[in-house]
Amino acid sequence: MNKPPILSLGGIPQAVALSERVHWIGALDPNLRTFDIILKTANGTSYNAYLVRGSAGVAIIDTVKENFAADFFARLETVARYDEISVIVLNHLEPDHTGALPELMRRAPQARLYISQKAQTMVKALLKQNDLAYTPVLTGDSVTLGDRTLQFLHTPYLHWPDTQCTYLPEENTLFSGDVFGCHFCDNRLFNDEVGDFRFSFEYYYAHIMRPFKDYVNRALDLIEPLLPLTNIAPAHGPLLRDRPHRYVRRYRELSQSALHSDIHDGEKTLLIFYISSYGNTRRMAEAIYEGAMSIDQVRVSLYDLEGSELAPFVDLIEGADGIVFGTPTINGDAVKPVWDLLSSLVVINLKSKVGGVFGSYGWTGEAVKMVEDRLRGLKLRVPVPGLRIKLIPTDEEIELCRGFGRELAQELNGLRQSKVIDMADLA
Amino acid sequence: MAKATITFEDINITVSAPAGTRIIEISEKVGSGITYGCREGDCGTCIMKVTDGWNNLTEPSVLEDKVLRENMAGKHNRLACQAQVLGGKICVKPV
Repeated sequence: MNKPPILSLGGIPQAVALSERVHWIGALDPNLRTFDIILKTANGTSYNAYLVRGSAGVAIIDTVKENFAADFFARLETVARYDEISVIVLNHLEPDHTGALPELMRRAPQARLYISQKAQTMVKALLKQNDLAYTPVLTGDSVTLGDRTLQFLHTPYLHWPDTQCTYLPEENTLFSGDVFGCHFCDNRLFNDEVGDFRFSFEYYYAHIMRPFKDYVNRALDLIEPLLPLTNIAPAHGPLLRDRPHRYVRRYRELSQSALHSDIHDGEKTLLIFYISSYGNTRRMAEAIYEGAMSIDQVRVSLYDLEGSELAPFVDLIEGADGIVFGTPTINGDAVKPVWDLLSSLVVINLKSKVGGVFGSYGWTGEAVKMVEDRLRGLKLRVPVPGLRIKLIPTDEEIELCRGFGRELAQELNGLRQSKVIDMADLA
Repeated sequence: MAKATITFEDINITVSAPAGTRIIEISEKVGSGITYGCREGDCGTCIMKVTDGWNNLTEPSVLEDKVLRENMAGKHNRLACQAQVLGGKICVKPV
């Protein structure tokens, strides 16, 4: 049986060594079940903070959530004095990592704070201290602790604008912030000793990192040259000392398209989702499908929202170039399955995809405009005005639907004509 | 009256509008993806990228500059609810 590290001795929390010069001084929160409103965690989480000792100073990397500050300070005090601390690094400003910072700065007023360039606009709003002194850093910047050095990697949007990683080259250790982290609380701390946390690792990526896949890939371009690493020390969950490269590789895999694509080079994909109560919106969908199919180099797919769970559709949408939603208007609103799918898209990047909306209605027809506004809010382009048809589409209206499909497909392959309008002609 | 042409690159539509028109007055009507919050230059929701014709827009006010800075806006970004066209050719798109 594995012997867990000693986290507490005689009731006093203890620091845990990653090496002679690097200690974990974080806190465990085993009772947490919901993190940040959106994430479930079946066995809590940890707030990982670290202490690095150099010949000419001590650095603290991240702190903990405010109500766990006592554990953090107790652990810190087992391996360093406050007057030895010369450097405080914040890899991420979220309160679960900065809760103990004001008190730490009060106890170690001589310490210099290092934050990312992008953290500057957030730090004062978060900490409510106008006289806060700090040094903003980017990739290539470093700070020395004598025989130990901290090098900074600019890795924004993982998962806030401010996020960065800090690398300790003398020990091949990466303090990665939320990257490679997960909500999994286990007092054995290290990945080769804790329980099975694979689900938590994947779940954390899916909800926290997935919307920022492009930024994950850019961060990995900075991190992969550091391999082989001895330790990856994330801000949540197990410390990755056993084959840490596996987690880097897994992040790269997860940051590729969720589905293998059979689409040819140069071909664009257009997905049409619809739901229909009396078949009118379905007839519109089928005509749009026909119209779009008539355009070369666009692969069109048609899906009835009634026929699937949402998760596979989210994967499809992530890889698509264009998305069209068909919804009837019921009681002045789009229908719930459409909103459910739209609200599930927060975990993927939709920016610059082409969107379109259509639907049949009885007397008011608000749904199309509402969904169009939502698509714009999700940063899709909505180049073709939505198509609303009152009740049963006529043959002429079906032809309008085909034209709508053609225009969207042409937009995707770059064949749609640009339009010039005089402002006086706008409604 | 002097006229300007504003191209909304996300939807490939160009609008001819009189000098003094704010981008907000046009972008929603043509369906551009620039989105709005407070509509009065305070929230930063409507930050857009000006890809051409920067000098054909009014200068940003001190308040707009402050909002742009607070929102970490890029070099050629403006608030669509504040920027007015002066004339010539302007190209914009959502950020």
